[in-house]
Amino acid sequence: MVQILSTLLPGISVGGQYALIALGYTMVYGILRLINFAHGDIFTVAGFVMFYAVTAMPVQLAIPLTIAVTVLLGFTVERLAYKPLRSAPRMSVMISAIGVSYLLQNLMWYITGGQPQQYPVIPWISDSISVFGTETKRVTIITPILTIVLILALVTLIKKTRIGMAMRAASRDFETARLMGIKINSVISMTFVIGSFLAAVGSFLFFSNYSTVSPTVGTMPGLKAFVAAVFGGIGSIPGAVVGGFIIGICENIIRGLGYSTFSDAFTFALLIVVLFVKPTGLFGEKLEEKV
Amino acid sequence: MLKIENLHVAYGGIQALRGISMEVPDGKIVTLIGANGAGKSTTLRTITGLVKAVSGSVQWNGEELLGKPIDRIISAGIAMSPEGRRVFPDLTVLENLKLGAYLRRNKAEIAKDLQWVYELFPRLKERDWQAAGTLSGGEQQMLAVGRALMSRPKLLLMDEPSLGLAPLVVQDIFSIIGEINRQGVTILLIEQNANMALKIADLAYVLETGNITMSGTGAELLADERVKEAYLGKHKS
Repeated sequence: MVQILSTLLPGISVGGQYALIALGYTMVYGILRLINFAHGDIFTVAGFVMFYAVTAMPVQLAIPLTIAVTVLLGFTVERLAYKPLRSAPRMSVMISAIGVSYLLQNLMWYITGGQPQQYPVIPWISDSISVFGTETKRVTIITPILTIVLILALVTLIKKTRIGMAMRAASRDFETARLMGIKINSVISMTFVIGSFLAAVGSFLFFSNYSTVSPTVGTMPGLKAFVAAVFGGIGSIPGAVVGGFIIGICENIIRGLGYSTFSDAFTFALLIVVLFVKPTGLFGEKLEEKV
Repeated sequence: MLKIENLHVAYGGIQALRGISMEVPDGKIVTLIGANGAGKSTTLRTITGLVKAVSGSVQWNGEELLGKPIDRIISAGIAMSPEGRRVFPDLTVLENLKLGAYLRRNKAEIAKDLQWVYELFPRLKERDWQAAGTLSGGEQQMLAVGRALMSRPKLLLMDEPSLGLAPLVVQDIFSIIGEINRQGVTILLIEQNANMALKIADLAYVLETGNITMSGTGAELLADERVKEAYLGKHKS
């Protein structure tokens, strides 16, 4: 049992990080039917903001500042790159998202010079602790707990609050939602704000584990989180969470068996299989095209 | 009172409304009949602000509505139950009704109106926890009307409330329209079922390819030979 847990734990931890990023993909998809390709890069920007922020201020300030900047970035990307295309064909918005992704990556190359940077040590969560006789960073334990707490908060927000009800209504039918007096643009902005917030939290956890930040480092976790969202059923919040954990755990098991080289291949093979066998994913339902 | 003057609306280059003028006096039931594509829905959608007009005016108690955002129009006392019901299928009946009161903040007032809607539609109360998508067509129509009433409108716009419903259910819906009107809500009703609509209406307009071609009381149009032939399916004997 202890043996199993100590093998599973890193997987659960990485899975929680994927889940936090995957929520951003799935929520934006739910409301706009858009794969926000820039989401992984927003996650990376959060890593760099933290790196630069700690050079100027204590960590306790750097964390909220990073969250604020990331949220503002997500909000701005939506307003500048997606909102003007609201009535354009879906393909145009998707191409815009790819454009934003490359723009952010290249801006990061330009500003940072492309050198991988050492991610700052966040005290306490980066401390080494011993769990079941294995040395690990405390972040490994924190991640799944924090992930679950944030998901519960998110579900409560969506199920119980006025804005949550507006989000659920808008994700089904923009026009009728507008007839209720719901401001669609505010609801969409809110979705990006929440997604970016979760990506920022994910970045603290991920980079504390991974240690270096470079302009393209977010691409892989971003893609895997995207696979997690598709696997769970894109548009579904529980789907993104379960998908994230399953992929994180499976990757670690594969590594543990000595096939590290194949762990990425496994994830993408899983995507192909899911798209063949059950394109709507584990919890996905068939969403009608929105007008 | 709602006063529409010389309203022009176009989709792309296609003229949907070619300068219509009509009035909806307070406390009345007014109906707009016409064939598919005549511009009936466009008229309602322009009043609510879902569709932008090219020119003309839509005045509500002297206030110009054209160009106002939808939430302002709803707050001014106009609500619509849209064509095809458009309930939110994965939200519960209660949540759908609450969304109708989305712009209102006074919880006590909202609770009072919820009771009012439940009195009008006892079926909705029985099913308030059910997902709206599981309701029958008639119940969904009741929900769409109830949801619109939750904003406490002075004017209720109804787009084809009888569409796709069994004759008995249509009877129910029309008797409730009368009841809502008796309780002080002005109604602008669009119908393919011209016979039912004209019977209940105080005032009626006939819309043909974007123009109003006839108007009068419901009884007058019901007796009109041209209306009989074109919309009531009765041939001259």
